Amino acid sequence: MLKINNLVVSYGGIEALKGIDLEVEEGKIVTLVGANGAGKSTTLRTIMGLVKPVSGSILYDGKDLLKEKTQNLTRYGLNLVPEGRRVFADLTVLENLKIGAYCRKDTKGIKEDLEWVFSLFPILKERVWQLSGTLSGGEQQMLAVGRALMARPRLLMMDEPSLGLAPLIVKDIFRIIQEIHKQGVTILLIEQNANAALHIADVGYVMETGRITLKGSGKELLTNEEVKAAYLGHSVKKVI
Amino acid sequence: MTFDLFLQHLSNGISLGSLYALIAIGYTMVYGILRLINFAHGDIFMMATYFAFFGIVTFGIPWYITFPVILVLTALLGMTVEATAYRPLRDAPKISILISAIGASFLLENLAIVLFGGVPKPFPTPDVFTDVVKIGTVSIQKLTFYIPVVTVIFLIGLTYLINKTKVGMAMRAVSKDHETARVMGINVNQIISLTFGIGSTLAAVGGIMWGLKFPQISPLMGVIPGMKCFIAAVIGGIGNIKGAVIGGFILGVGEILLVAFLPDLTGYRDAFAFVLLILILLYKPTGIMGEQIAEKV
Ligand SMILES: Nc1ncnc2c1ncn2[C@@H]1O[C@H](COP(=O)(O)OP(=O)(O)O)[C@@H](O)[C@H]1O
Ligand SMILES: [Mg+2]
Repeated sequence: MLKINNLVVSYGGIEALKGIDLEVEEGKIVTLVGANGAGKSTTLRTIMGLVKPVSGSILYDGKDLLKEKTQNLTRYGLNLVPEGRRVFADLTVLENLKIGAYCRKDTKGIKEDLEWVFSLFPILKERVWQLSGTLSGGEQQMLAVGRALMARPRLLMMDEPSLGLAPLIVKDIFRIIQEIHKQGVTILLIEQNANAALHIADVGYVMETGRITLKGSGKELLTNEEVKAAYLGHSVKKVI
Repeated sequence: MTFDLFLQHLSNGISLGSLYALIAIGYTMVYGILRLINFAHGDIFMMATYFAFFGIVTFGIPWYITFPVILVLTALLGMTVEATAYRPLRDAPKISILISAIGASFLLENLAIVLFGGVPKPFPTPDVFTDVVKIGTVSIQKLTFYIPVVTVIFLIGLTYLINKTKVGMAMRAVSKDHETARVMGINVNQIISLTFGIGSTLAAVGGIMWGLKFPQISPLMGVIPGMKCFIAAVIGGIGNIKGAVIGGFILGVGEILLVAFLPDLTGYRDAFAFVLLILILLYKPTGIMGEQIAEKV
């Protein structure tokens, strides 16, 4: 579905991605884990056309994404839950959800999806008229996911949806990601919370300073000694 | 001062304030969406008055056809300025865009001098607007009533557009976060262009009524009103439409009443806006309705 080949991205001469290959198969949950600054967000932002790469290719359903404008991608079923949620703070919850469906004309389908989002996140239904900026962090994250779902994506990319949330809410978010996946949405999930992400992922990639260093099934990576040491917290304990 | 006279001054102030409000909205909307001061806005206002002159005087088209057409032409002019002077610099440093804005302003002013001549021209004033009505001992031009009414009608339309329509929602989203708006599938350039179109239309409405009220037009006539309306937008809290309207009225009414009560200060009439600006920058830099001005990331 999505295929990235030898992608190089640099910010003012400093390479953030040093030639990465990554593939997302339709129907899977794929996760990309790695420490802060590894280049995970840069990868997603390049897919969305928000950053222009130096070289490499990104194919989505055989389409060359580097030739596409960001604003058209949602029409192809490609959508992003951005890092830091970035809900439109001055807009109400309902307006944020409507913005998610901005490109759609099928009033009936939009209504159905709105109900779907409300069933996934009942709290949003209670808050439809509230300004999004006044929601809690967890609620904003739910809104950001709900907003992306309103586009009825086929491939949903999420950039650290659990960042800065209370453990209970994190659990909720991961449960809902699986729920969304069950509805037939392919997922590319970026996480620093490698443990939780690898548990639900079919395929996992590990990224380190601009390079993919490991690839395997979620299970394989969970039991991989290197991954354990670097991302699953064991090494931290040892050091302390 | 008699009460009648006071009422006359007040109604004058309100109609001047209406004009300031209409023009100030253009500054504030563009600032809201691009964080840019559109220096050419006052000149777009000036251009609208020349369009009216040519439509009515040169081509003899009746005012009720000319005026609506001018709104469209001025909107197109504003959108053209955006597309040529600002859009190519979208990712350039702020200072480059600011310089381009000043350049666009000078270009329009000098173009007007070359094309229309530097000598002021009389603005056509159909009798329907300039007839005088007497209320008691006070005689007031009909225009003085029409101006606030027309302003309120356009303000209601604008409020509806921004708060109740899909495109208005997109405008609000874009003014908060261009990047996320694009991810949502919003064509940001189109929304920005529309914003310039709307701001310029309101400047044209203001320009036409300005011409009717002060029926003499010249290529540099947009400079001072432009500056004052920018100040009105800052006083109200730049980026905030309600603020621009409030700022416009404060400036308009304040200016007229100042001259009315302290005739000795008539010569300092234009200074009033600047003094107010300094006070607001000293004591409430974000303006009356303004929120914290955060740098765009
Ligand atoms: N807009 C930017 N300008 C310059 N450098 C950037 C920018 N965004 C990210 N970087 C750098 O690129 C690298 C990768 O960043 P990022 O993709 O955000 O990592 P991650 O999401 O994995 O934490 C980091 O070294 C970061 O400092
Ligand atoms: Mg990141």
